[in-house]
Amino acid sequence: MSIVKQAKGFWASIVLAIVFSVVVQLLINGGQLNAFYVNTLFLIGINIILAVSLHLIIGITGQFSIGHAGFLAVGAYASAIITMKLQLPFGLALLVGGLAAAVAGLIIGIPSLRLKGDYLAIATLGFGEIVRIIFLNINYVGGASGMQVSHLTTWPWLIGCVIFSILVIVNFTNSTHGRACISIRENEIAADAMGINTTYYKVTAFAIGAFFAGIAGTLYAHNFYIIQPTNFGFLKSFDILIFVVLGGLGSMSGAVIAAILLTIISTYLQDYPETRMIIYSLVLIVMMLYRPQGLMGTKEITSLFKGRKSVKGGVQDESKHTVA
Amino acid sequence: MLNIQNLNVYYGNIQALKGVSLEINEGEIVTLIGANGAGKSTLLKTISGLIKPKDGEILFEGQNIAGKVAQSIVKKGVSQVPEGRRVFANMTVEENLELGAFLRKDTKGIREDFEKVYNLFPRLQERRKQQAGTLSGGEQQMLAMGRALMARPRLLLLDEPSMGLAPLLVKTIFRIIQEINDTGTTILLVEQNANMALSVADRAYVIETGRIVLDGTSDELNQSDQIRTAYLGGH
Repeated sequence: MSIVKQAKGFWASIVLAIVFSVVVQLLINGGQLNAFYVNTLFLIGINIILAVSLHLIIGITGQFSIGHAGFLAVGAYASAIITMKLQLPFGLALLVGGLAAAVAGLIIGIPSLRLKGDYLAIATLGFGEIVRIIFLNINYVGGASGMQVSHLTTWPWLIGCVIFSILVIVNFTNSTHGRACISIRENEIAADAMGINTTYYKVTAFAIGAFFAGIAGTLYAHNFYIIQPTNFGFLKSFDILIFVVLGGLGSMSGAVIAAILLTIISTYLQDYPETRMIIYSLVLIVMMLYRPQGLMGTKEITSLFKGRKSVKGGVQDESKHTVA
Repeated sequence: MLNIQNLNVYYGNIQALKGVSLEINEGEIVTLIGANGAGKSTLLKTISGLIKPKDGEILFEGQNIAGKVAQSIVKKGVSQVPEGRRVFANMTVEENLELGAFLRKDTKGIREDFEKVYNLFPRLQERRKQQAGTLSGGEQQMLAMGRALMARPRLLLLDEPSMGLAPLLVKTIFRIIQEINDTGTTILLVEQNANMALSVADRAYVIETGRIVLDGTSDELNQSDQIRTAYLGGH
């Protein structure tokens, strides 16, 4: 019975998402939403994909990676080459952006995922910087002055990608593979002793996370008319990390909520870039003091396993109160 | 069933096991006793594939499993209860047990083994939906043992099952070890509590600084003066 309930909840949320996206599309067409709000919505969407993809790596598999901007950059540049240099369609660019980042994820993941904890964090941080510096020195993609990119990201593409990435990662998490990844997070030695191929699952999670970061990179590149290596510095990686930590390590809905909230906050604080970082830090400090497990803790995951929608809703409401 | 020949294991430059040889026959409980740092856990981890040996052979039912990856060793029927229990704290008891059967595809057999484990540890059935991290130490030990049994092992490796448990619980755990053995599972038991270990084991090996220094039946070792003074607290 709980399965039926869960399926109902699933289709209800799909219908809700479609209704929401159609309404937004109509508002954009009708001109009720001005360019500023539309742009904020696009940013939120891109950040949700980034948060959800890093959530898979850090929240589910427990691998502390802080080079996510590197995958974003690979996706952005790879897709920009497809559309701008080769004049191929945007759909293909999305695919290539994602795949290029996934390949980058494999290349960095296979050697570095033998490392644990802080060592892995430092290795991935180094990777992010290497990617940025490589693009800085390639004249083909414009070097430091960046690369002009047409505005091709549209609302249907964006919301489609957001829904797709959430669906894929939720399904992965609830599958046997996801269970294996969670067991690695919980206790790697025990997971190993149970016969779970920990290296395989860590690299898989890393590659899937990188794939969606690459998709986010494609959307990002084709939303801002220009991409420059400076957009993909380690501060960008930390922005994404903050979504995941603030949302609650291990909670996807937490990551999504945090991405939405922080994007709105930082958009409205754009006139004062200095205070933006101060507020970011303050939010984090307050969070660590009063709710160290993040907005959602790991709640949503367990309630999804049991299919108890009511629990999930209750927790969400509670967390919203905490934010307010 | 398990035959270890001349096993050498290093941590960097430090040799942890020095030419260890050991034999376990089908249906036995064999215990490995020794002080802290003697190499007991290292030996278990090497058998289960968590550590790779430098050289030497580990024959499990005639096949050399030395240096194989952990999951292929689990598949062959060797399953380990790691030291310090190491349950998946944020998962429920049931989910922990499911992960024990991770490599198995036979749904029917898995369901049977759930029944078996719950019969062996009624407490786990009561706490099926509870998060493993909220269990008591004894219950976590039961869960770790149940989880290893879910892989339907023919050889069960137990690493210090009595560690940090109240004396009464230690008795219960050892009674259950005996019960598991009665159903046909061969057991290699690593223990510091030599008294308890010798009381359930058929045979025992004594390990000191990486070398097997003594072996024999439990009765022989119980009588041995050397063992009584060194490990059993006798005079």
